[in-house]
Amino acid sequence: MTIVEGPVREAVPQGPLKTPFYPRVAKIDTVNQWHEWKGFSSPDALYCEDLEYFSIRNGTAVFDLSPMTKYRVTGPDAMDYLNRLVTRDMAKIKPGRVAYAVWCDDQGQVIDDGTIFHLREGEYRICCQERHFAWFQAATIGFDVDVVHETEDIAGLAVQGPTSYSVLKTMGVEGLEDLKPFGLIHVDFQGTEMMVSRTGFTADLGYELWIDPAKALDLWDALFEAGENFKIRAIGTHALELARIEAGYLAPYAEFLPVDETIRTGRSRSPLELGLEWLVDFKKPNFNGRRALAEEKRKGSTWRLVKLDIEGNKVADSSYIFSNSKAKGESIGFITSAAWSPVCKQNIALGTVRTPHGKPGDTVWVEIYYQREMHWNREMAKATVVDKPFWFPPRRGATPPGPY
Amino acid sequence: MTKSMGEKYDAIVVGAGHNGLVCSALLAKAGKRVLVLEANQQVGGAAITREFADGYLVSACAHLLYQLQPEVRKELKLATRLATEDMTTIALGEDGKHVRLKTDSVEGVSDEDAKQYRDFRKRMARFAKLLRKVFNKTPPRLGNQDFQDFLTYAQLGLDVRMLGKAEMEAFLRLIFMNIHDEVTERFEHPMLKGAISLDAVLGTHLGPRSPNTMMTYLYRLAGDQGRAGVPAGGMGSVSNELAQAARGAGVTIRTGMPVKRIIIENGRATGVETESGERFDSYKVISNADPKTTLMKLIGAKHAETGFARRVSHIRARGNAAKLHLALDGLPAIEGLSRKDFAERLVIAPDEHYVERAFNPAKYGESSPNPVIEITFPSFRDETLAPTGKHVMSAVVQYAPYGLKGGWNEEAKAAFMKAIIDTLAKYMPDIEQRITASELLTPADIENEFHITGGHWHHGELSLDQFLFVRPVNGAAQYQLPIDGVYLCGAGAHPGGGISGAAGRNAARAILRREKAA
Repeated sequence: MTIVEGPVREAVPQGPLKTPFYPRVAKIDTVNQWHEWKGFSSPDALYCEDLEYFSIRNGTAVFDLSPMTKYRVTGPDAMDYLNRLVTRDMAKIKPGRVAYAVWCDDQGQVIDDGTIFHLREGEYRICCQERHFAWFQAATIGFDVDVVHETEDIAGLAVQGPTSYSVLKTMGVEGLEDLKPFGLIHVDFQGTEMMVSRTGFTADLGYELWIDPAKALDLWDALFEAGENFKIRAIGTHALELARIEAGYLAPYAEFLPVDETIRTGRSRSPLELGLEWLVDFKKPNFNGRRALAEEKRKGSTWRLVKLDIEGNKVADSSYIFSNSKAKGESIGFITSAAWSPVCKQNIALGTVRTPHGKPGDTVWVEIYYQREMHWNREMAKATVVDKPFWFPPRRGATPPGPY
Repeated sequence: MTKSMGEKYDAIVVGAGHNGLVCSALLAKAGKRVLVLEANQQVGGAAITREFADGYLVSACAHLLYQLQPEVRKELKLATRLATEDMTTIALGEDGKHVRLKTDSVEGVSDEDAKQYRDFRKRMARFAKLLRKVFNKTPPRLGNQDFQDFLTYAQLGLDVRMLGKAEMEAFLRLIFMNIHDEVTERFEHPMLKGAISLDAVLGTHLGPRSPNTMMTYLYRLAGDQGRAGVPAGGMGSVSNELAQAARGAGVTIRTGMPVKRIIIENGRATGVETESGERFDSYKVISNADPKTTLMKLIGAKHAETGFARRVSHIRARGNAAKLHLALDGLPAIEGLSRKDFAERLVIAPDEHYVERAFNPAKYGESSPNPVIEITFPSFRDETLAPTGKHVMSAVVQYAPYGLKGGWNEEAKAAFMKAIIDTLAKYMPDIEQRITASELLTPADIENEFHITGGHWHHGELSLDQFLFVRPVNGAAQYQLPIDGVYLCGAGAHPGGGISGAAGRNAARAILRREKAA
């Protein structure tokens, strides 16, 4: 018998994968609370959720977002491809710019949202929560375009908070003065190209850094060294989630269910139902969902996403929403995300209600259940539908950012 | 550069196949200005008569007429002259003992088989009548509130219910079944089982044990109970008659004008551009081409939404039927046949397993070493097709998979040709000596000559997942694509292929109805 030597294959990893930053994150961790995020271990918290949260609002928070799903889109038709894929007009997104975008199926129901980085002329990266290779691949039919899944090829860090600009400057990143929100630049980090984008999930001043995984640990070390005097801290997802709700951003499986995960009709949402009409450009002659969305716009939507400012301090998790204080009749919707906002000192929530309810300024009632010494209590809390994000400080948009 | 031809048409039909002609004629009769552009020099698509050898003419693809819908005949006042009609199917036996199948009787089998055949055909006639009604309507959309769709559903439900309890149950049981189970339940005589199995699978990528071959059998009967005839002058006569009806109604037909693309501007069709660079304007472009060609080549998938483009790209259209044309210096000798039997339809499918075994290699990209064959001698009753005293044999031969391993090169064709001649020789010992010229069209040739994806008769498999409300795919079953101004009128649309005119007629009616509603 002859033995043919084949290529050496690495063993298939057992259990959740470790991100390129795992050795550093695990070292800081003191509470051992982890969850799985698209196959990777990701911390809920590292030492104290509250402190971690305040580092977002008062210092610099560092969050390992390497598990974010990433696809590279290249080829002569890359822009046309994306323009058909997403609802907004990608022709307006020049190289060096980032677009928040949402993509739908043919029925105009949201598959996911994410950010699309126009890295260089005709070269894009889609960054999102869920995996979409089958859909993105199907969408290539008729286009001269390549779509490559590159989640594991790029390590990512979110660096968010008022002192983040100072931290990165101290680390030696040049060109940040002119970098506006949703802009990106390519810089040198110790001889390796690093992409810096002024993006984030916190509605605060902040950046995201993208680099070859081989340089991940060096980046981490340099960042924390630079941040020493700027209250830099690593954070877990719970702190980020709180900031996300304050920002009024959507999360899949909270504000919407990706349509390909729904079984019952009516459980998915359209961009119009998620307050994303500004992202839907009907001037484009064709994009996925266009026909259905035009029809929905004509007929009116079923659901509306609302941001609620709720009286009292009891968090309205999973509550029903009513049009009246007596909870008479059917509920008009329900809460999808809720929190006490430390920075706004407000009881806030995101929810989904049936139209025509939930216009900005409307009063609705939230049925909150809470427990006191085992016994359950119920409270009907008055809530106001608000238009603006709960947290959106001027420093988020200031260019150049202030040296906090 | 394209130059616009100035004239604006109410509708442009891409392709002068028989369905395109029917559709254009009906639209013109309703007062529309219609232009038909045909790539080939001759109208008719796969329904043409052409010379294949010096002095020998043949129906180059479709050769039997059995489905032309009475509605089409009536509305276009067709008076097709048939050289042969109500043909008997003679299942050939190697020993000269043949079985003769007629519409509702069979000879050459046991009394029990003969009785079963009568019952079987009576039931099939009932079901086929029901299907025929469905075939001549636009299929209703699934899950919508349209009143017309509701009526169509209600009518379909009522028709099924009106069969009576026992027959309704039989219908619902049989329609999803395969033909093999039904013939083995009912009949004893292997040749009877073989001949019926063959009828269920002709023109498909299906064997008798494949799902829904009961439905494909009924499909065949949904014209005039499957009574087949041969038009005088070949199938081209039907197309010429249709073209005449269309021209008479005011349609402009231009041949030798291959359409390069359907022009989509601002998300809607605005006309077509020909290979020669001419542009014709119209807000309605009706494609007689198959759905894949229409979307992928003529329109460009980028103009559709992703889900739709994906569905169209997944349409199964793997042709499996080859067409054989032989020029003969005289009729071959077949034991047990009288001379007048050469006017009938002869089939080689000696038993039901033979048909399935012929299909087996096709699943793996190989042609059948022992093919099933449907044979006619059109020149027997039609002297115009061959020189005096000479004859033409026109045969459909299965299975010859479109995606043959290694491709349909000369060697592969020669090998398949040999398998066919060897098979024929078992029944016609002198066939090889009689041949003076021959032509074998594989599905790849059919694709080239008639511009049909996969060379598939039906422009897409006739299977339940590509049938009725989902033919060709969900979202286009009402003859309209989800791209404004583009319509389908060919075999890829409901109900499917065969020289029936149903798709063309339904498309015209759907377009006119929609226009009225708008």
